[in-house]
Amino acid sequence: MSLRDPVPYARDSAGAQPPNDFPDYKSTIKRAPKQAPVRLQHTLTETTGPVFKRSWVGKSVADLTRQHKGEPLGERIIVAGRVLDEDGRPVPGTLVEMWQANAAGRYAHPRDRHDAPLDRNFTGVGQVITDKDGNWRFITIKPGHYPWRNTYNAWRAQHLHFSVFGPAFATRVVTQMYFPGDPLLADDPIYNAIPDRQARERLVSVYDPNLSEAEWALGFRWNMVLRGREATPTE
Amino acid sequence: MTRLIPTCSQTVGPFYHFALARPEWSNLARKGAKGRKMHVEGRVLDGDGKPCRDAFLELWQANAAGRYNHPDDMQDKPLDAGFVGFGRALTDAKGCYRFTTIMPGPVPGRGNALQAPHIAVNVFARGILKHLATRIYFADQQEANAADPVLGLVHDPARRATLIARPAKPGRDKVPVYRFDIRLQGDGETVFFDV
Repeated sequence: MSLRDPVPYARDSAGAQPPNDFPDYKSTIKRAPKQAPVRLQHTLTETTGPVFKRSWVGKSVADLTRQHKGEPLGERIIVAGRVLDEDGRPVPGTLVEMWQANAAGRYAHPRDRHDAPLDRNFTGVGQVITDKDGNWRFITIKPGHYPWRNTYNAWRAQHLHFSVFGPAFATRVVTQMYFPGDPLLADDPIYNAIPDRQARERLVSVYDPNLSEAEWALGFRWNMVLRGREATPTE
Repeated sequence: MTRLIPTCSQTVGPFYHFALARPEWSNLARKGAKGRKMHVEGRVLDGDGKPCRDAFLELWQANAAGRYNHPDDMQDKPLDAGFVGFGRALTDAKGCYRFTTIMPGPVPGRGNALQAPHIAVNVFARGILKHLATRIYFADQQEANAADPVLGLVHDPARRATLIARPAKPGRDKVPVYRFDIRLQGDGETVFFDV
């Protein structure tokens, strides 16, 4: 049986992704490959990917402030947005995983030794599947800044970690969302590893008063954009 | 129309285990998939040959008949209700990972070339700013491997060998084991693809 070749996903423009070889971020020094990656034309392997069923993923956790007996400490926030492709089309039914440090800048992770308190009312893990319009929404608390040993007296900008799949194995993205006006962004090597300023700034959420809820929580809006298909050549 | 700028990648960092560990996802055959069951295991090593204990792998593969469980795969081959084809496993303190799955069938490549049985792999870790993509092929599929168009992109036989999982001694469960180490950098560096 003859099948048409799948339409490939579009390639990133120059500078739109962080290079793996970026010594300002010390952990890359022994982990970045030295050989250039081999360019691969997309086959069915790359243009397909997992389709997540609720039974597979488990129940959604959209409110990270109600996972324990009491309420976590910190500034309550609503973070919401859409998963879209490059052409602005929604990506429905895809798994969004989110994790973060607590308000004091400490992860509920045994290897995190930062001398800041754990919060017994906060784990910092959420997951949702996007709705038919690609929407997702989490209620959480604003994560704290925390020190890391990259260089002397280095501190990470406040961030949420996001993992999203999209329609194909080639659209997989793990990234971090930042907060507007954070003075630490200027010196954060992970953020600044992205050469293109516009691409970098897309990782910073926008304060959105319409998303805020009066007397209750501040809203930050952030859309995730996944690779779209290459434009089909006109015949 | 101007296109939107895709969201770029950032490292997964060191502290994700409490969020992303889903031990059941390391067994792709947990719902009784059809086909030849196997374990795929190995280590993730850095440029000094030291184990990466904060890495994880995600797999994507076709079922035993060579069909992907995805709407874009319109081949006239059976789907397997017990098999999704996606897996995730985290490395342990020794940098080791282990999956249980089934041998995938061959799938079409571009221009109707046939691709040898293979598993697509994404590697994530602290120190990796954008996940690395590679593929696992199998040493006992020599003929299919020799004709595989993607393996054919890698001309140096020593480099091509980094993409081949080798049979190892089965454990007590007698299930065949394939060994596939991932070397991020330096001697024997695994071939990574620009996907």
